[in-house]
Amino acid sequence: MTSPTDTATQYVVLIYERETPDWPNDIPPEIMRANEELDGRIAAEGGRVVAGLALQPNATATAIRSGVVTDGPFIETKEALAGLYILEARDLDHAIALARMTPTVDGGVEVRPLIDFQVVEPG
Amino acid sequence: MLAATVRVTRDLDTAEEAVQDAYVQALRTWRRDGVPDRPGAWLTTVARRNALNLVRRRQTLESKLPLLVEGEDSAMPEPTGADTIPDDRLRLIFTCCHPALAPEAQVALTLRLICGVATPDIARAFLVPEATMAARLTRAKKKIAAARIPYAVPSPAELPERVDAVLTVVHLLYATGHTAPSGAELVRDDLCDRALALARLLRRLLPDHLEVTGLHALLLAQHARRATRTDAHGRLLRLEDQDRSAWDRELIAEADRLVVAALRAAPPGRFTLQAAIAAVHAQAPSYAATDWPQIVTLYDELLRVWPTPVVALNRAVASAMVHGPERALSEVEALERDGRLGGYPYLPATKADLLRRLGRHSEAMDAYREALALTDNAAEQAFLTDRLHSCSRPADP
Repeated sequence: MTSPTDTATQYVVLIYERETPDWPNDIPPEIMRANEELDGRIAAEGGRVVAGLALQPNATATAIRSGVVTDGPFIETKEALAGLYILEARDLDHAIALARMTPTVDGGVEVRPLIDFQVVEPG
Repeated sequence: MLAATVRVTRDLDTAEEAVQDAYVQALRTWRRDGVPDRPGAWLTTVARRNALNLVRRRQTLESKLPLLVEGEDSAMPEPTGADTIPDDRLRLIFTCCHPALAPEAQVALTLRLICGVATPDIARAFLVPEATMAARLTRAKKKIAAARIPYAVPSPAELPERVDAVLTVVHLLYATGHTAPSGAELVRDDLCDRALALARLLRRLLPDHLEVTGLHALLLAQHARRATRTDAHGRLLRLEDQDRSAWDRELIAEADRLVVAALRAAPPGRFTLQAAIAAVHAQAPSYAATDWPQIVTLYDELLRVWPTPVVALNRAVASAMVHGPERALSEVEALERDGRLGGYPYLPATKADLLRRLGRHSEAMDAYREALALTDNAAEQAFLTDRLHSCSRPADP
């Protein structure tokens, strides 16, 4: 019988940042380093990073709304979506504790559970 | 009982269903065999057995569902001992007051699941249609399930912050009953009683957290003055106009005892300091004879641990009693420039009162009008209108 602690839930951690003028080249080196160390720190706390993506700045985005193509991101916000990663955690408190370690320059993160489609992992 | 059952089902809806079934069974069995020695334990046992059955039935239906039942299956669960029930209740409180839920959902869930208030009654208390409240509860329960908000007492590292979140909900519950925007009296009294009962329960469950004691003291001190907050016509009475002989001395004494205990914390938390301020007011023989310097000192402490503009505004009111209205007015004007209290009726109301005391009547009238435009509470509107009229007759004190 599986106990609830053995079944991890997947969350996406969306990273929102106030973009700097030359994003991402002028991201402070200590933030870059902290980003590289994040997977290991999360693993040390009993979580797992399944996958991660870093996005080019807002200015490079193209939106397609009802077939009409426009310059810019789909949703204009003060903080831009800068990246995301998928996290496995025991529950929301665990996920929050792990997501809190995400380094940001001047922003924050959103934690959202993923719908479980029972995806079979390759390999 | 619901709390004990949730532990079995890990799902609030299933738990509610199991508990309801247990009541139906109790009605039948008790009528036939008489009421058992420990009806609470009997109900909990039956509800948990129902829950196990419900969970199992669902598991056979949906084989993909994760198995959420702790422990082995076939044995009938032991009657729950007195010590495990509070623990379950505590976990449920932390689930309902999780900061990942919207504040109004936290309050509604607490009333529904901890206090057992029916959804239509909660809707009435918060002046929203029943369907709205039902939808709010459903949304919150869905989030608990989908985001896996844990049903657990938080880790020691998180505990102080999470206890604060729970206390905020209980305080909000009391405040809603205390100063409801409008609506039926009786329901609101009920909210205050529920909040007081919750504070008492929390003190039992978290005896080491002095802020819990502080919150309980704060609610008791406020409750002691309850009968005198409005006059016979429902008009709001200011602290200085309230009949102090009608304050509940017994509640004040209890609040005072708790404040003394809670102040041992180093440093005292925001609820304890608010309770201390309320206790100083409650013990003063009159408004003028209140220990105002002590109140200003307590507000200074409070601003340190909880630097919000509302606290700063209240400090300004006390400061007027110590340093005079002129200095208090400059503090209030600084808060006005700060802008964070935009839309808060007590800011222009306080400013108006200070201007009136300084004899600047036409400016005071403008400020009263501004406050009037911002409040929906009938009692407060009547009070402000009264003040406004007294300013147009400057001979009036």
